[in-house]
Parts: sequence; structure tokens; C-alpha cells
Amino acid sequence: MAKKKEVLEETTVETVETPEKEEQLALDDERRIKVLSPSMLVWKRFIRNKLAIVGSIFIIAMFVFAFIGGIVSPYGESEVFRKYTDLTKDYAGITQNTELRYSDLSATDFPSIAKAKFVMAINKGEENFKSDDGSSYTIETIGEKGEESYAIFREGTLVSIASKLIYDAVEEGYVPTLDFRYAAEKAKAAGEENFTADGETYKLAKVEDDDVIFDSKGNELIYISDFIVNPIGDSEFIPVEQKAALKEAIEKNEEKITYDGVDYKIKRENLQWLVKSGQEAYVIDTYSSPSKAHWLGTDGNGMDVLTRLMYGGRVSLLIGFIVVAIETIIGVILGGISGYFSGWVDNIIMRIVDIFNCIPTTPLIIILGAMMDAMRVDPTLRMIYLMITLGVLSWPGTARLVRGQILSLREQEFMTATEATGISVSRRIFKHLVPNVIPQLIVICTMGLGDVIITESTLSFLGLGVKFPFASWGNIINAVSNVYVMTNYLFVWIPAGFCILITVLGFNFIGDGLRDAFDPKMKR
Amino acid sequence: MGKFIVKRLLQCVLILFFVALIIYAVMRCLPTSYVESIARQRSSLPGSKSYTEWLAQLNAVYGLDVGIFRGFLKWLASAVRLDFGDSWQYNVPVMEKFKDVIWYSFALGAVSFFFELIISIPAGIIAAVKQYSKIDYAVTVIALIGVSLPTFFFATILKLVFSIKLGWFDLYGMVGRYHEQLSAWGQFGDIAKHFVLPTCTIVIISIGSMMRYTRTNMLEVLNSDYIRTARAKGVAENKVISYHAFRNTLIPIVTIVGGSIPGLFSGALITETLFQIPGIGYISYQAMVGGDIPFSMFYMIFMAVLTLLGTLIADILYAVVDPRVRVN
Repeated sequence: MAKKKEVLEETTVETVETPEKEEQLALDDERRIKVLSPSMLVWKRFIRNKLAIVGSIFIIAMFVFAFIGGIVSPYGESEVFRKYTDLTKDYAGITQNTELRYSDLSATDFPSIAKAKFVMAINKGEENFKSDDGSSYTIETIGEKGEESYAIFREGTLVSIASKLIYDAVEEGYVPTLDFRYAAEKAKAAGEENFTADGETYKLAKVEDDDVIFDSKGNELIYISDFIVNPIGDSEFIPVEQKAALKEAIEKNEEKITYDGVDYKIKRENLQWLVKSGQEAYVIDTYSSPSKAHWLGTDGNGMDVLTRLMYGGRVSLLIGFIVVAIETIIGVILGGISGYFSGWVDNIIMRIVDIFNCIPTTPLIIILGAMMDAMRVDPTLRMIYLMITLGVLSWPGTARLVRGQILSLREQEFMTATEATGISVSRRIFKHLVPNVIPQLIVICTMGLGDVIITESTLSFLGLGVKFPFASWGNIINAVSNVYVMTNYLFVWIPAGFCILITVLGFNFIGDGLRDAFDPKMKR
Repeated sequence: MGKFIVKRLLQCVLILFFVALIIYAVMRCLPTSYVESIARQRSSLPGSKSYTEWLAQLNAVYGLDVGIFRGFLKWLASAVRLDFGDSWQYNVPVMEKFKDVIWYSFALGAVSFFFELIISIPAGIIAAVKQYSKIDYAVTVIALIGVSLPTFFFATILKLVFSIKLGWFDLYGMVGRYHEQLSAWGQFGDIAKHFVLPTCTIVIISIGSMMRYTRTNMLEVLNSDYIRTARAKGVAENKVISYHAFRNTLIPIVTIVGGSIPGLFSGALITETLFQIPGIGYISYQAMVGGDIPFSMFYMIFMAVLTLLGTLIADILYAVVDPRVRVN
């Protein structure tokens, strides 16, 4: 009955303009009166509220952005973008060899002490020397003075070759034997074209100023030069042809060469040359500035920020709605029962409300989040746990509101009528009492949506809510924990912050407008 | 009145008992492997107790070796004597750490609360007096923006503008680099300077709800019969507002302000964390993220106590301030 009465009170009478020639209508004639239902009145008041309209536009825009935008966007939620970039990398160091380098049979046969004796011996021009352990060595000089190399024999066995020439194998990993070196050095010094070592015949020839050793089948085996080329960084093998090219460039004093499509820069440092390669690397496109392809740039993982925002909006809005649904269901059921029955049931439920009201939500969720971090819980599961925890912890407010409203509604005549007509208790609560609470419920739910979105984004910001690979507005802003990103890549985090602000503001504007619209005392 | 307070106090104790039980149960329901792995981690730190010692301490303080309810009673027995065990994170008794940091939080909370009140109450009253004017709209919009701003986003913007772009304040921390070399007054000024941005954050975020609360209550008072009577008598409008209306609006405001006082100790978890102010919020955040169960337990119980105290004070103040309530 109460509802009916309200309708009568709120009926707005608007005189419809009557054309003169028509019949005279009685003052209370139906045709002269425009009857507005309460919901229409609420609607009229709502759309007159500018802020509420602005809020509605915000929310509709956010929904379109999040749910339709995600479909329209050409990119995926966690699609990583890559780009080609010119990386100058230290490629190789080149030294012109001016010192004798030893190729030993083994470390024990020609120890470093013996090497020192050897150096003294050749300085004095001696052909024999003795090491400290008593072994006697014989030196055989190969080649002319100035370009000579030495073969060192220990009691008749060849133990080492000391030479200024560098032997670069064509094939990676090929190490020539000592006998081969000996034969090769001798052949080179004598200017012979063929030599035999280890039972095989090799050919020595000049290819474009370089001395090259071919095997019996005519394959290139070894390049001889006085340049040492050391690869820098990842121990990659530099092919001999490339070494030859680099050597040539150095001899010609060139600073730049192109080999196999890659640019190399050569820089001289005293007796050394540093080769830098301008390699085109395929890298993740992180923090790229807004462009046509990525309207808001890319984030630290090389993902499109705009697309992440859209998917993040979905997550935030969905979490908001689910949490509010959970808290409303629990709140309405417990509040309804509590308000209707009063007495000890009410007392117990209200104490439960007090208890839940006292449990500090944020700390509890932070602890659970940290625990789930330690347990490495799957991100999807985490999201579900988060929604359940938030919902279960935040229903007391709803329950209190429902109970308070029902306590006052219970005393009204229409409830006496339901009792008189013998309607069952659950029907009385949920069919006759709860619908009368719906206006207040809608208001509290709308405002609650905003709160949940803030809580969720705060947790995600702290890294304890929605986790990668899922996007959430909060975890997008998380990038600012790096001060460099905060200062230099505003396009990564500012839009996400405004998304949160606009959405929550929208819900609050709507809630505020609805509260005013539902308030029968409000006369505007 | 005395009877009412005693009844409410007993109720609070009962509620607190159950809250503690629930929090304890949640902590106990964390997978045991988690507790053990934390103990193991802690024990591997240099200069720490051994793993078995950690577990033994855990058992002693939390009764992890007995059932949930018995363990709870065991924990409660020491908790009522304010013995919350040793913090795992900070390696000192929980209460000691708490005493070290709580006053920073209180200072931050109190200063922010003061500014919040002197801004929001006048603004709310003006908005109500000039309902539907531009000022009213502005206050409503500012209030709602304050309510809708996520703390972390607003704090980050403040940092960007005032710390990085303008360079007026430090990004983090409570003291500057040369704090130790300053005079006593200089040290105070240094800390005050570091509190500016956190205070701004808290004030802007929280003035919204207070403004709206004041406005709603003022509107209600302005629509009441005695105000109409006063106006009908020909009392000057100024006097109606500042004398008749304002004093009545103060009733709910005093109540809510009183109820907020315990909250000043609760610390602003997010703000303190963002600005790395070593108050109870930041310290607890680190403890919670680091899996420091003793400190986390204490912090949650502390928060529950503050909430209960807040409602209790509000209820009592309501009766004290409003004679109409006292009659019933």
C-alpha cells in the first residue's frame, strides 16, 4: 500500500494544451492528466542531473573502450612487438704479431723456464742450450734473418715451433700438428711449392698476397699471416676469408669495410685494431614512443599499451562486477534475514557483521597475495581467489543497509497485508521487502564498483593482485616503480591512471545522481 | 550511560576475540610448507638462528604443533600480555619495532587529519548553504574526484611534478642526506619537508568523503523546522548559518571526528609505502610481503582494535554530544 500511496503523491500533473474547438474536458479527466510512474520520475530526475549524465557517458565510453576496443584492436593482450635495430657491437680485436709465438708439443716438453733459456740462446746466437732440469735443446733456425722462425728439438724430438706467423685454419677447430708446421715453415722459407708432412702432400701457394696451404685434394686448409684476430664477446668463429678481408683493410688503412652484408668499422688503437660490427639485431620493442602503429607506444615488455589498457579495462570492470555481485548476494540474504526476524537471529548476524567489519581487508589480501607469490599460484586462479576474498570481506556494509531498511519497512501496512494473506516467509522477505530496498542497493552497488576497482588496481599496482600475463590498469602503472620509466615514459602509466580515475569517477557520479534521483524528498 | 559503555566494551572484547580467531585461523590455514619455507629462508640469512630454532620459536609463540583452537588460546595467552613474539623481518620483538615506528605514522596521520578538517568542513558548509550554486558543484566534483583518485596514481603524479620536474622534494624517505649534520630545528624542518608530499596525498584523497558528509548533514539541518523558525523570527541569515545551523551540524561531525582518532594510528599503508616513510604502514607492508607472520598478525589485530575503538568512541560521543540521544 505504501508504494501505491507514493505513486499518488508523486503523480505530476501537467496540463496538456487543449485545442479550442474540442470538447471541454473535466479537470480530472484522464486525458488531461499525464501520469508518471515512480520509476519514470526517478529517470526524469536522473537525466536532469548533469554530473550523472557525465558519469554515464564516462562509463559507457569505458565499456566500449574495454569490451569493443579489445575486439577491434589488431593486437593481442600479451602480443610482444619486436623491431630491427642497428647495434654496434665489439666484434674483434686485431693485433699485428711482432713476437715469437710458440706452438708446443705439450706443456711439459717445453716448459716456460726452458722458453726463457731459449730466448737468451737466440739472443746470443747459440744453437744449443740447456734447461735447468738438465735436458739439452737444439735450435734450428728456419728462414732469413728478420723473418726467421725456430724449430726447437729436445734430444732429437721436435717439441716446439717458435714463429711470428699465425696459422688460421679455414675449418673451425682444426689445429695443425707440429710436424706439419715444421714442414710448412721450412717450405715457406725455402720458397717451395709442395711439402710433405705426416705422410701427406700439401701445397703452398699465394692467393691475393696471402700464403695459403692447400691439402692434396686442393682444398684451402690454412691461411698464414702475421695478424692475430680475436673474436670479442660470444666466442664466434671468424672465417679466414673475413680475417683476410680485415687484414687487407688494415693494410690499406681503411676504416670501414662491408663483408657478407654486414658493416664493420675499424678503429686503430696503438698496435691494435678494434673492429665493430654494425649488426642489425631483432630486439623486443620496449618503451617505443607513441606512433601510428602503437598509439600509446609500447611498455617494458614490448606490448602495445593501448591494447593492454583495453584488456586491463575488461579485467578491472569484470572483477568489479563479480565482487559487487558476491557482496550483494551475501549482504542481501544475511541483511534480509537479520532485519526480518530480529531477536537472536538478528543479534548473531549483526555480530558476524561486526566481526567481518573489523577484519582489515587490505592487509589480509596483501598477506594472501604474498603467500600466493611464494606458492607460484597460476595467475587465473589468483584472479578468482582475489574476487572471492574481496567479495567475502566486503559484504557487511550491504547487509547493514538492507537490514536497516527492512527494519523500518517491516512495520508498514503492506507487510501486515502479506502476513494476513499468508504468503510464505521467504517470499515475504525477498519478494516484498527486498525490492523496496533496491534503490538504496543500486546506489551502494554503483559506488561499491568504484571502490572495488580502486582496491583491485592498488593491489595489482603492488604486484599482489592481477598478475602478468593478464593486464590490469593497476599492474600497468606498476611500471613507475622504476623511476626512469616514471620520468621518461609518461605514455605508459598516465593513461592507465586516467582510465581508473574516469571509471571510478563515472561510477561515483552515477551513484550520486541515483541517490538524489531516488530520494523522494528531492524536489528538483 | 556507564552501563551502555560497559556493555559496548564487553561486546568489543567478544568481537575482538572472534576477529583474532579468524585471523589466526587464516594464518594457520596458509600451507604449512609456506611457513616452513619462510623459516628456512630466515635461517639461511647470515647471523640468523638455525632452522630448527626458528620452527621451535614458531611453535612456542603460535602453537603450530597443536590444533587450531588450542594453538589460538596459546597465542592469545601471550598476546594479552602484549607479547607478540619476535618479528622475522626485523629480528626484534614485534612490540619494540612497533614502538619505534608508530609515532611517525601518528604524526603523518594527525597533520593530514588537521588539514583535512580545516579544508573539508568549511567547504562542505559553503556547498550546503549555496546548494546548486557553482561552488556546490565544484565542491561535489572535487570531493568525488578525491574519492575516485587511486592513491598510488596521485602520489606518483605528485612525485613526478614536485620531486622530479620541480625538484622541490625528495622522492623517497623521511630524512634528507645531510640529516645528521643539521641542528635540532634543521632536523625537524627536514622531516617536515619530507612529510609535505605524503600529507598532500592523504589530504586530497580523503577530503572528499568528509566534505560530502558535512554537506549532507548541513543540508539536513538547514531543512529542519528550527531553522525555518529562526528565519521566520527574522534572525539574520549569517547568524542562522553560523549559530543555529553550524552548531547542530557539529553533532555528527564531532562524532565522526572522534571516531577517526584511533585511525590516526593505523598508518597510511599505500602512501607510506610509496614515499617510504618508515611508519607502521610501510613497516607492516614490508613485513607482510616478506612473510613475517608475527608482525602481520600483530598488525591485523592492531587494525581491528583501532576499528573497534573508533566505532566505540563514535557511539559514546554521539550520546555525549547529542542530548536527544541521551534521553533514550
